[in-house]
Amino acid sequence: MQYAISILLSGISLGGQYALIAIGYTLVYGILRLINFAHGDVFMVAGLLMVYLTSFLTGFLPPAAVIPVGLLLAMVLTVALGFVIERAAYKPLRSAPRMSVMISAIGVSYLLQNLATYATGGLPQMYPELPGLSSMVSIAGVPTKWVTVVTPVLVLILVVALTQLIHHTKVGMAMRAVSRDFETAQLMGIKINAVISVTFVIGSFLAGVGSVLYFTNYPSIVPLSGSLPGLRAFVAAVFGGIGSIPGAVVGAFIIGISESVIKGSSWSIFSDAFTFALLIIILVVKPTGLFGEKVTDKV
Amino acid sequence: MNGQTSKKRIWYTALAIAALLALTIVLENVLDPNRNIMVFTSLKKGAVYALVAVSMNLLNGFTGLFSLGQAGFMLLGAYTYAILTIPAASRDAVYYIYNGSAINFSLPELFGGGAVGLVLGVLAALVLAGCVAAIVAWLIGLPVLRLKSDYLAIATLGFGEIIRAVFQWDTLGPVTNGANALKNFPTFTNFNIQNANGETVLRLSTFVAFLLSGICIAIVVLLINSTYGRAFKAIRDDEVAAEAMGINLSKHKRLSFVISSFFAGVGGGLFAMYANQAQARTFTTAMTYEILLIVVIGGIGSVSGSCLAAFLYVAASEWWLRFLDTETVLGNGFQVPLLRNGFRMVVFSIVIMIVVLFFRRGIMGDKELPDLLARRPRRKEGTE
Amino acid sequence: MKKFLAMILTLALALSLAACGGGSGGSSGSGDAQQSGDSGSAGGAKTLRIGVFEPASGASGAGGKQEMLGMQYANKETPTVDINGETYNVELVYADNASEPDKAPAAASQLVSQDVSVVLGTYGSGSAIAGGPIFGDAGLAAIGVTCTNPNVTAGNDYYFRICFLDPFQGTVLANFAQEKFSAKKAYLLGELGNDYDQGLLNYFEQAFDGEVIKDSFPSNTSDFSTYLNKAVAENADVIFCPVSIAYSTQIISLAASMGLETPILGSDTLDSNKVLAAANGSNVKLYVSTFYQEGGSPEFDDGIKAWLNSDSTAMTNNGGDDTIAAVTAMGYDAYYVALEALKAAGSPDKGAVKAALPGVTYTGVSGDIAFDDIGDAIRDTAYIKTSDNAAGAWVLETVQTIS
Repeated sequence: MQYAISILLSGISLGGQYALIAIGYTLVYGILRLINFAHGDVFMVAGLLMVYLTSFLTGFLPPAAVIPVGLLLAMVLTVALGFVIERAAYKPLRSAPRMSVMISAIGVSYLLQNLATYATGGLPQMYPELPGLSSMVSIAGVPTKWVTVVTPVLVLILVVALTQLIHHTKVGMAMRAVSRDFETAQLMGIKINAVISVTFVIGSFLAGVGSVLYFTNYPSIVPLSGSLPGLRAFVAAVFGGIGSIPGAVVGAFIIGISESVIKGSSWSIFSDAFTFALLIIILVVKPTGLFGEKVTDKV
Repeated sequence: MNGQTSKKRIWYTALAIAALLALTIVLENVLDPNRNIMVFTSLKKGAVYALVAVSMNLLNGFTGLFSLGQAGFMLLGAYTYAILTIPAASRDAVYYIYNGSAINFSLPELFGGGAVGLVLGVLAALVLAGCVAAIVAWLIGLPVLRLKSDYLAIATLGFGEIIRAVFQWDTLGPVTNGANALKNFPTFTNFNIQNANGETVLRLSTFVAFLLSGICIAIVVLLINSTYGRAFKAIRDDEVAAEAMGINLSKHKRLSFVISSFFAGVGGGLFAMYANQAQARTFTTAMTYEILLIVVIGGIGSVSGSCLAAFLYVAASEWWLRFLDTETVLGNGFQVPLLRNGFRMVVFSIVIMIVVLFFRRGIMGDKELPDLLARRPRRKEGTE
Repeated sequence: MKKFLAMILTLALALSLAACGGGSGGSSGSGDAQQSGDSGSAGGAKTLRIGVFEPASGASGAGGKQEMLGMQYANKETPTVDINGETYNVELVYADNASEPDKAPAAASQLVSQDVSVVLGTYGSGSAIAGGPIFGDAGLAAIGVTCTNPNVTAGNDYYFRICFLDPFQGTVLANFAQEKFSAKKAYLLGELGNDYDQGLLNYFEQAFDGEVIKDSFPSNTSDFSTYLNKAVAENADVIFCPVSIAYSTQIISLAASMGLETPILGSDTLDSNKVLAAANGSNVKLYVSTFYQEGGSPEFDDGIKAWLNSDSTAMTNNGGDDTIAAVTAMGYDAYYVALEALKAAGSPDKGAVKAALPGVTYTGVSGDIAFDDIGDAIRDTAYIKTSDNAAGAWVLETVQTIS
């Protein structure tokens, strides 16, 4: 029983973290029709920034201020990174074929990983302990970190805020318009580049929050830390129906929990393979995912 | 272009390739094999990557199917090749965890051993490596090829991951050797000819790599220039129009996918020969990305571009840029900043980003090397 | 423009080939620069090179760096060697194999092209197996430092090693689990597709007289809670996880935070101060089998600690403190074995070194070193140490031998 609860708990917390990354994928895909392969690496860089910032700030600030200031700066820098990546690597290719943009995304991912290897010297970096989040709590007799409890709540709050933003603000309306029809939206006077930048800023911010939750749970960061959560989150986004935010969240929780359950079974070595098999099945049977809208190709 | 010039051009190309092959033999036997080993290592790896890049280009550049499963098919090829050619005598040592292999023959020995057995056995194993990859591709293609562009990419990428997990599965250990590397099979160096004293008299290892990869690339080129190739290009340019012209979309897509995978499989076998071992963990998504970047650098839709880019990429990443990884102190005691481990890959990935962003068409665009060389005189005549 | 670029690149390719043809090794890059620098400063003394074939990046980067530290320290301590009355400066040349078997052949080739006398390394058997044939073809001997897979030396006359093997280590730990904890049920966890992990799990399973539950996690996993909870749920008496440093820090810090009481057994990879730091201040019972225990040679300990504390780069590479990893001690011994081989060979010629190596014996800080017919070290001792989580240090638990 305890075991079942522990599996469920770790599944829910994984799901929440994947959800935050998956939203980034789904927003960008909805607007640019681009699989942003670099998104998982932005998530990893966010974690590394936190490590370096806290060790840097320790020399200047009183101990109590290090974590909050570090957190704030890490978020700002992560958002800036997302913004810069879009401007530098995707904007110049706006009129190019979709494949070129995707290749550029792969290139950025490669660059970020190599930069991280260079900076860390290939040594695993330990994520700082966050007061509150890192401390332990016991749920139904299963010891776990507070972050496990906080994650789903935080995800829920952020998702509600995001849907409000998308449905009830001008920027949100512009985002929806751009995702529906890129060119018409442009003709209607929407500043496409600004909308896209906002999308990347939101995506990177959520990836940053996700990295705080994720690395508090699993504190060792290596340059490849982002690739697997990134891929899983992408699968979650596809599973839920790419372009749909509730879809991404539901998909992420399903992926997270099923991953946990499979790891707990005797088929644990296929936990990755299962994720991808699920992806292929979904793509073949219902390419639009659980909540996706059907798009017809115009000739 | 009239028939005569194209015929002439084929002759020139064939001649140039023959000269290149002869050059590899000469170079390898004239140069000191140890001091210049980087040249030959780079050339061998370049030849292998050229084939795999061309196979990917056939799919991505000529048929317009964006697949990221290349490493998975290479894995299938590498394992097939290795499993079929490990000498029976060393199987117990290689499969030591599983107390011997489930398969207890080796193709070179079945063909009678010796030089003849080696050549026939390796060729047969490589062809079979391609076939296994092709069969799996056919099976996977049934559902997956119905998907459009990036969905296809992500599905094939997922397939690569699945295949890797299956080959690492303990239960299949007696065949795949589980997590352990397969080794002791014939590699390129086995083709060096030795005299009775065991001294190498004629080095052919680089030549063999070039020859095998060259034959495969030549077949792909012939295919691209056939009616099938034209159908592929039509699909790439406009699926709907191609279908309206009477091209059977699903048949041609599957054909392209299967053929591309066949050569990726052969390439995987060659890669095992280069790396002296086959181990599933080598064939990761990162490898597919590497090959994709080669295709992009060479020019999507250019076979000669892919070949050229493969050599440049391998030589740059494995050889020319290595000095960036070493901390260097100049004569006057000045420590060159930034140089330390990992800097090589940073510089390298920045170069790649520059190519991707500013030289979007790559080295060759969709032109071939002979086209480029032949264009100059024609421009003078004003027929450009 | 494009055409121009294409031409330039083609030309570059052609020229580089031509340059190599003419200059015969003139373009082997970094090595030459280093050589000219060194021989200039040494004022006429001859220089010989020892190749360091180690990962400085990738999954085993941390371990590779610690192993290199031992060699660097030894080189600092004894920078020259007398061969037949002539003094040679010993220069270490490095090639990063990036912990990837597919990058290893090129890295091995680089060492061959730099004309080294003998090669040390590598951390990680996969890269050793991939690089081995390159050394073999070049007639260059390699001394494996901590590559414990039997396949490294089997079938390769040119690969030697100074450490014990997986079958030995797996058996030692299985025996230890039974003797110390009277374990009846063991939970084994390794990385999927990693020959090191899987090999050890296998030998542990064979030697362990009791029930075994075996699990593998996919590469780049960071969530180990399910696995540890499973071990608890199954009432395992011990957990055996011979995984690389990046994973073991995750596992140990997780075990620390969830207050796991089941003893965790690890192999030589876990003997790292990063792992020790993860266990610090918790109740984790961590036992690792390894090659060397601090205190085995006080002279070596003091010397290398002084060096680590004076050299900030070395300190960073050691993970930020001065705890001595066993692989560092092994790297140190490997360097001296290489010097012994050079002395015995009577010349820095690689062929002579290879011929002399099988007969070399040496008593290093990690014990007596001698080679058997296959080229493996004859060793029957492993140190098992446990983490003192209050003091943040390793404590020797027992010295385990098998007959």
